[in-house]
Amino acid sequence: MTGELRVFSILIGIFVFVGIIELVRQRKLREEYSWLWLLAGASILVLSSSYKFALLLGSMFGGILPSTILYLFAIIFLVLISLHYSVKISQLHNQVKNLAQEVALLKETLKDGNSQSE
Amino acid sequence: MMKVLVLIPAYNESARIAEVVKSIHDTVPDYDVLVVNDCSRDNTAAVAEAAGATVLRLPFNLGYGSALQSGFKYALRKGYEYVVQMDADGQHPAKYIRELAEPVIQGLTDVAIGSRFIRDTGYTMPFAKKIGVFIFSTIVSLVTGKTVKDPTSGFQALNRKVLQLYVSDAYPVDFPDADVLIMLHKLGIRFLEVPVEMRPNPKQKTMHSGIATLYYIFKMFLSILVTLLRKEPRGTGR
Repeated sequence: MTGELRVFSILIGIFVFVGIIELVRQRKLREEYSWLWLLAGASILVLSSSYKFALLLGSMFGGILPSTILYLFAIIFLVLISLHYSVKISQLHNQVKNLAQEVALLKETLKDGNSQSE
Repeated sequence: MMKVLVLIPAYNESARIAEVVKSIHDTVPDYDVLVVNDCSRDNTAAVAEAAGATVLRLPFNLGYGSALQSGFKYALRKGYEYVVQMDADGQHPAKYIRELAEPVIQGLTDVAIGSRFIRDTGYTMPFAKKIGVFIFSTIVSLVTGKTVKDPTSGFQALNRKVLQLYVSDAYPVDFPDADVLIMLHKLGIRFLEVPVEMRPNPKQKTMHSGIATLYYIFKMFLSILVTLLRKEPRGTGR
C-alpha cells in the first residue's frame, strides 16, 4: 500500500466515521441504520492505519496485497449495507401496505356509518 | 342466514365492472358484492358503486394480491362466513359462483378452486402461459399428492378459517397462486377443484404479460421453495 493511498483511506475512514456520528447527532440518521456504516468506517481506519494487521489479513486470504484487502472489505460492507436496506425496505413495504388497507377499511366504515345515520 | 361475499379486485375496469356486478346480483342476489378499487386511473369505483357494489378504495395502487387481501380483511371484520373471489374483467362467469361456493358451505372443503381444465371447455391461452400452468400444476400435484389442474385460477371460494390465514403476513400478496396451495396443504387446509368455464381474457395486456411474466415465474419458483423450506408459514403465529 502506498503512503498516499494509506493517508487517503485513513481520511476516508475518519470522514465516514465522523460524518455518521454527526448525522446521528443531528437526528438525520437513526441509530439503527448507523451501526453498519460506523463499522465500515472503523474497519477502513483500522486496515489503513495498521499495515501489519492488513498484511496479516492478506496472508490469511492467500497472500493478497493489503490494498486489495481494503477494497475487499469495502465491497463486503457495501453489500451488507445494501442487504440491510433491502430488508428494511421489505419491512416498510409491508407496513405501508397494511396502513393503506387500514385507511381503505376505515374510510368504508366511516362512509357506511354516515349513510346509516342519514 | 349465512353471509357470503363476492370479492372482486379491480384496476382500470370501468368498461366491464358494471356488467360483472350486475351479473352477480342477477345470479346470486343473496350474496353481497365488494369491489376493491386498486386506485384505478379511470372511474371503476364510481361505476361499480352505481352498479350496486360496495366499494373499498385503496389510497394508492397496491397490486392484485394486496387488493385481494384488503377484501379478505373487510370480509373478516364484517363477519362474512364465506368469500368467493373473482376477476373484474368478466373472465369468470357468475353462473358458477354458487357451484363454487356450495362445497365450501357444505363443509366438504375449505377452499374450492374454479378449474378451467377439468372438463374440456375449449379455453385457450397463449403457449407460454400454457407451459407455466403445466409446470406449476405438476409441482403442486407432486407436493400435495393430489391432482391440481388449474393452480393459477383466481376464481375461488373459501371459508372463514382460510380468511383468517389470508389476512395474516403468511399470505403472499405478490402474485398469490401455486405457492398458496402448497401453503394450504402444509397447514392441513383442504382444497378441491370445481370444473368451471372461463372466457378468454379480453385485455391484450394483463398482469402476467411482458417482463412481469419472467418475474412471475422467478417469484413463483422462489416462493414455492421457501414455502417448502419453512417449518411454519410466516405470520401464522403457530
